Amino acid sequence: MTARRVADRAALRLGLLAGLIVLWQVATTASPHVFFPPPSVILGRLWDGWLASPAAVSGHLLPSLARLLAGWLTAIAIGLAVGTGVGLSRRLAELVEPSAQFLRSIPPPALIPLFIVLLGIGDAMKIAMIAFGVVWPVFVNTIDGVRSVDPLQLDTARAYRIGRRDRLALIVLPSAAPRIFAGLRISLSVAVIVMVLSEMVATVNGVGYVLVNAQHAFRSVDVWATIVLLGVIGYSLNLGLGAIEARVLRWQGGAMRLGT
Amino acid sequence: MSEAASPPADRTPLLEVAGLRHRYGRHPAGRVAIDDVSFRVARGEFLAIVGPSGSGKTTLLRCVAGLVTPTSGSIRLDGHPVSDVPEKLAIVFQDYSRSLFPWLTVRANVEMPLRRLGLTRAGRTERIARALAEVGLAQTGALYPWQLSGGMQQRVAIARALAFEPALLLMDEPFGSVDAQTRADLQDMILEVWQRHGSTVLFVTHDIDEAVYLGDRVLVLSPPPARIAREIAIDLERPRDQIATREQRRFAELRAAVARLIHRPPPDAPTGRAG
Amino acid sequence: MSSPFPTRALRGLAGAAVLFALLEAVTRAHIVDPTYLPPASSVLATTATLLTDPGFLAQVGATLAAWAVGLLSAVAIGVPLGILLGSSARWYAASITAIEFVRPVPSVALIPLAILLLGQDLDMKAALVAFASLWPVLFNTIYGMHEVDPVARDTARAFGYGRLAVARMVALPSAAPFIYTGIRVAAAFALILAVATELIAGGSLGLGAWMARMSETGVDRRFLYAGIVVTGLLGLVINAAMVAAERRLFGWHHRVRAA
Repeated sequence: MTARRVADRAALRLGLLAGLIVLWQVATTASPHVFFPPPSVILGRLWDGWLASPAAVSGHLLPSLARLLAGWLTAIAIGLAVGTGVGLSRRLAELVEPSAQFLRSIPPPALIPLFIVLLGIGDAMKIAMIAFGVVWPVFVNTIDGVRSVDPLQLDTARAYRIGRRDRLALIVLPSAAPRIFAGLRISLSVAVIVMVLSEMVATVNGVGYVLVNAQHAFRSVDVWATIVLLGVIGYSLNLGLGAIEARVLRWQGGAMRLGT
Repeated sequence: MSEAASPPADRTPLLEVAGLRHRYGRHPAGRVAIDDVSFRVARGEFLAIVGPSGSGKTTLLRCVAGLVTPTSGSIRLDGHPVSDVPEKLAIVFQDYSRSLFPWLTVRANVEMPLRRLGLTRAGRTERIARALAEVGLAQTGALYPWQLSGGMQQRVAIARALAFEPALLLMDEPFGSVDAQTRADLQDMILEVWQRHGSTVLFVTHDIDEAVYLGDRVLVLSPPPARIAREIAIDLERPRDQIATREQRRFAELRAAVARLIHRPPPDAPTGRAG
Repeated sequence: MSSPFPTRALRGLAGAAVLFALLEAVTRAHIVDPTYLPPASSVLATTATLLTDPGFLAQVGATLAAWAVGLLSAVAIGVPLGILLGSSARWYAASITAIEFVRPVPSVALIPLAILLLGQDLDMKAALVAFASLWPVLFNTIYGMHEVDPVARDTARAFGYGRLAVARMVALPSAAPFIYTGIRVAAAFALILAVATELIAGGSLGLGAWMARMSETGVDRRFLYAGIVVTGLLGLVINAAMVAAERRLFGWHHRVRAA
């Protein structure tokens, strides 16, 4: 790849984005609009209002992230455990799946009033909501992954009479891992969505709280800055999960070629 | 050579299959894959089973392996009836890319069946090293299956079977997915390994040449519902050689006999009885 | 592989029955004050009543309206855009960075912004729903276009068909199942956004707003729970309908892929 082509590619990729941002900056500086602040102002607020502000970080950002992590990890543990069990047993699956289908069709926002009524407006309610929203993609994808273990590998395990624990840990779960990770990635976006939602209704701290507060006070710069912050959070979390996935599934790249 | 390998006084057959019959599905009108197949395999014998495609060869092997419960008939391994997967049995499938575990190294793949045998770690390591050396893959322990060629992957699957030290080794068209040159190499390797270990091998293939080249006896299956059309003793000398053995006239005669049976099975195929 | 339908249906019903019995037992045990957690059976009765109440059904209709308008807009924009971006490497490369920049932002976070910019009426709701639904449609369309078998495409070109004809005859039918999956996912997102917007933006129309009212102090909690059941049923019905339609339209696709 010549340097010229690399530069070309990079220019193309960044071109549109950079172009739009520049356009926006120019337009809003030239004719200011109350609700469309220039990108420079937004980024400035992102810095001194959020990232560089200890009060914001410790008072809102960290609590939000802590709740997110707590809910997400709880849901993963439950989703993996129950999903594996259900995926391995056809009988159990047929018992459970219709009810699970219904429960996971309930859109998370519909459950917010319920969770508030039952758990109040503290951390417990938010963590529980996040967990409830996140468990379903993990659950469904774990079942899918466990079910799609190659039957030839199961036959090999049977022929050699490989023990149950070995079979689960060394064959079923590694084989299901790609699909499980796909579920984890979806669950991460759901977690961020529910986290924000749970903080937008009757709460005292958190990123969502700041967002709604800013809107009520018509502070549009803060609104934009918080939105960008959420984008950054979502992007970073995804990056982190992707790194973990790459490490755990490092055999997959080669194995995919195996299949051809 | 063969005498030294087989245990002196034990002449009972290792495997006895009697009246094996298998029908797919629960429906009485389901397809009958195998219909009344009986044969015996002596200890230390290399028995090849050959038949046209779809003749139920794989089903037969899976019944012997205990992976499939036949509709009727009996299978006895070492005197014990086979109802589920028996101990001391190893199977090598045709599709090596799917029977090896891609997330484990070669060494870990070979080790997998050994984990429940109650060996020490040193014992396992020794068996693995020996098995890999035997199939010519001594230095590949730390590699992953996808880093090896097709032929090498199948060798890993064979090494896995060997390390397990099974009483009976089942092979289901193991060389069907590799190129001709690799196939020849693998054939010679399996013969060498068989003789050195004194194992008993049940080898299923659709390749007539391969069956005649490898086996002590060849069982010819008719098209489904499969029966044993005939049993042919292969009286070619051992050790076999890819060029010299295949040059012999006797090879051509045996090969032709098998081919005729496959293409034109005798009208009323008798239920071949093993001698 | 799965059990025959009667067995499956019975097992499914049994599972649901067990769940219901558990809920009934828990709620009747008065672990939590029954004004907050009424018995499951009475919730079901309330649900039945609600489903025949025209005032409530108007709320459901309002949510569905926003959902439908938003989803259709998203499809109308996302599918053509996705086809364009998916079929041209240059356009894809140019736009992907911008798209990836916007994508991580959770759509619900845009609700306050939309309130600021657009006020609190149906248009705002539909616009938000459309924005949230756009991304699954767009991405799945692009992905579907990328999955088109180059051999099939080359064969058509070799027969002398122009780019547009090839797109119509080969690329579109091949990408269609993926596009449909994107629409199915978008439909679920759309419902989430519709209800979330109603909940947060206040206003008086829609299931979200209705449930916010039902959770105020003094109101019989059974309505709240019944509303949740109805919302869940709504989601279930939408998804089931889309899956059934998919099977009809794209049964061939699954058979081919499974082969």
